[in-house]
Amino acid sequence: MFKIEKRPIPSAKWNWGAPIVAVLLTMVFGGALFAVLGVNPFLALEKIFYEPLLGEYAFYYRPQLLVKAAPLILIAIGLSLGFRAGIWNIGAEGQYIIGALCGAGLALALYPMELFILLPLMVIAGAIGGALWGLIPAFLKVRFGTNEILVSLMLVYVAEQLLASMALGLMKNPEGMGFPGSRNLQQYPSAHNAEIISGTGMHWGVVAALIAVIFAYIVLSRHMFGFSLRMSGMAPRAAKFAGVNPTRMVLICMGISGALAGMAGLFEIAGPAGQVSIDFNVGYGFTAIIVAFLGRLNPVGILLAGILMALTYIGGEITQSQMGLPLAAIQVFQGMLLFFLLAMDLLTNYRFRPTAKEAA
Amino acid sequence: MGTPLLTLSGLTKAYPGVVANDDVSFDIQPGEVHALLGENGAGKSTLVKLIYGLVSPDSGKMALNGMPYAPANPNAARASGVAMVFQHFSLFDALSVAENVALGMDNSPPQGELSTKIRTVSDAYGLPLDPHRTVGDLSAGERQRVEIIRCLLQDPQLLIMDEPTSVLTPQEVEILFKTLRKLSAEGTAILYISHKLEEIRSLCDNATILRLGKKVATCIPAQKTAAELAEMMVGTSLKPPKRAAEVSSEVALHVSGLNLPPAQAFGTSLRDISLTLHKGEVLGIGGVAGNGQDELLAALSGERLCAADQVKLDGKPVGNLGPTARRHLGLLAAPEERLGHAAVPDMSLTENALLTGVTRQALAKGGWINWAAAKGYAERIIHQFDVRTPGPHVAARALSGGNLQKFVIGREVLQAPHVLVVNQPTWGVDASAAAAIRQALLDLATQGSAIICISQDLDELMEISDRFAALNEGHLTHARPAAGLTIEEIGLMMGGAHGMEAAHV
Repeated sequence: MFKIEKRPIPSAKWNWGAPIVAVLLTMVFGGALFAVLGVNPFLALEKIFYEPLLGEYAFYYRPQLLVKAAPLILIAIGLSLGFRAGIWNIGAEGQYIIGALCGAGLALALYPMELFILLPLMVIAGAIGGALWGLIPAFLKVRFGTNEILVSLMLVYVAEQLLASMALGLMKNPEGMGFPGSRNLQQYPSAHNAEIISGTGMHWGVVAALIAVIFAYIVLSRHMFGFSLRMSGMAPRAAKFAGVNPTRMVLICMGISGALAGMAGLFEIAGPAGQVSIDFNVGYGFTAIIVAFLGRLNPVGILLAGILMALTYIGGEITQSQMGLPLAAIQVFQGMLLFFLLAMDLLTNYRFRPTAKEAA
Repeated sequence: MGTPLLTLSGLTKAYPGVVANDDVSFDIQPGEVHALLGENGAGKSTLVKLIYGLVSPDSGKMALNGMPYAPANPNAARASGVAMVFQHFSLFDALSVAENVALGMDNSPPQGELSTKIRTVSDAYGLPLDPHRTVGDLSAGERQRVEIIRCLLQDPQLLIMDEPTSVLTPQEVEILFKTLRKLSAEGTAILYISHKLEEIRSLCDNATILRLGKKVATCIPAQKTAAELAEMMVGTSLKPPKRAAEVSSEVALHVSGLNLPPAQAFGTSLRDISLTLHKGEVLGIGGVAGNGQDELLAALSGERLCAADQVKLDGKPVGNLGPTARRHLGLLAAPEERLGHAAVPDMSLTENALLTGVTRQALAKGGWINWAAAKGYAERIIHQFDVRTPGPHVAARALSGGNLQKFVIGREVLQAPHVLVVNQPTWGVDASAAAAIRQALLDLATQGSAIICISQDLDELMEISDRFAALNEGHLTHARPAAGLTIEEIGLMMGGAHGMEAAHV
């Protein structure tokens, strides 16, 4: 009937068409899933995609959109650099936690000293913490040839244990009457990552995410480092022939993606989350992987994909509270997005051709 | 003549954008050694894939011993008595010879019995081989014997051999030819694919010549000269490359006592390599594939590092410098593997021009890429080296082998290297592109650059080299003046016939 054949040149049309078709297919199949769950699919899709942006209570949801999109974008930008170079950091969630702990730890250690540059210092501490956590799998890879996918993933669980230990022990609020969790940084002015303009959701993390997008875009399209990165991913031998040092590339990519994830964690803990608690992390580090691929590992694409993914988060909350859809359903919905994207990706590099009838 | 063993009539096979075989018909008689001659891309491989059941024809028919023959897969072809030895071997390095042979058979006898059979066949046909040796330790010629014996154990009526001599030393070629003549005398037909004309003239009874998928001629090769055969194959006559270079006494590159362990298991280590290369000189390095060619190129390009003064460029020690630093000083290289090593398949020609051009062509400043300059450089390569492509925005993988090779060689030549190292510069390239590439290398030498040309094509090396050396198991022989070297001497430099001692066990 049909056969699949490789295109001589990747299709530029499908490169950008695939995510759009993937979103549409996700709506169709996600809608079907919602219908099976006994919910009006059109209403559910409206609540996910329309209500947070233009609905009656959009004034409440729009700032939330930025708050949710910012960490996703920041992390995904870091991951995309590594992914482009063929370095698979799956442990951004762990680097996010460690970054948050390092930054928050600094603030809690200095509490209640008011210091003008405390927040910037915390950002740096968060970035360093995340970078170091990301460099563990990088170092093990270049030194002993371990697989960075496994090691970075396993370190997520280590980080989660560390987070729990901190929330229950070292960083626990001495005035918290025995409840788990640290002091609330929102009540510590020097350390608080407050909204820059009240009521917009625009905190420093959003600014950092936008800067990261612009920076990544310029580096990838105009700088030799970005070029080396792309070569390493597409043809490692050619990159080596061109003079790229693969060891250094692994260390730099894991370091950068760790640093950005760590910064995202810090912005979150010093702002919207406020305190070190057992359930501080909510999976941004993993969702950012979807965001990175949905955005074609392209900085601008990631910006759009991050906003789209944040939309499904908020829409998911709405459908949960207003329509009684289970959380798992919306997670399946998000998963479908990646699934369809990967399936549609086939069309970027391959095409379907009707096969000629067998000669009689 | 009786019934032909194999009759092909009107075979046609098209792939998207190219008709690989267009209405090809010919017969093979029992016991005949039939040559299939043609350039790369002429459709030889597709045709034998049709016969061996790897692909099925769009139209046309085959008959074996007068009966319709349409193998659905290679198993069916083997069951009908058609066997094939591929150019690229499908052997497991970590297994023994006997185990490899057993894996390729449809119903293999127990190991002990098989070993005896292997010995019997290898003695009968003069193909010495110890069934218990590990394949990873064998030379290319010995590996080919494993493949041939695997085929012979099944008593084929037709044996297809795809470019069998590209991995052999001249002495090994002689042994192979004896075997093939013996098989033919016993009634086994052989379909022999090659573009090496002298071989075909000495071995084959008949030749079918393909050009661009069509049969253009049939002839008795012994009655034609090599030049006539070449003209039929290429369609036009080719000028041999000219050179006017004078070798200076000034040393451009000096390598001394270079040892490198293999980069991976069953790789080749470089052992005590020493060579001296003068300005304006072309040093040809021959040798059977897998004897250290890739490793030598990597050691010279800077992909693998060694002690600083083991490699000296214009008197400066560079052994500890990476590729970028070496390029800066004028040591350039073009690896064998075009896609994935010399060029990034999915990147445009502009990006691929930047890949090695960035340093000497100043295509970036402080790390910031000047894309306009990179595009200009790519256009210059395309223009000066006659690269057939719509433009520099095209991905490297969309180019034909010959065009991409011209691009890769052009990219290095235009950078005015002091020393240029090329590995298999014309491998898989059509004759006119190959001639253009050889001429470009010679012109570069005329301008005073020194060139190392690593190749498995001895004709090519004899055509362009001033001196000749050979790699054999990671050793480099002393370089000798190329003029006056006999094929016998070259073969001995390449290590003679490998593994012959097993014959006397």
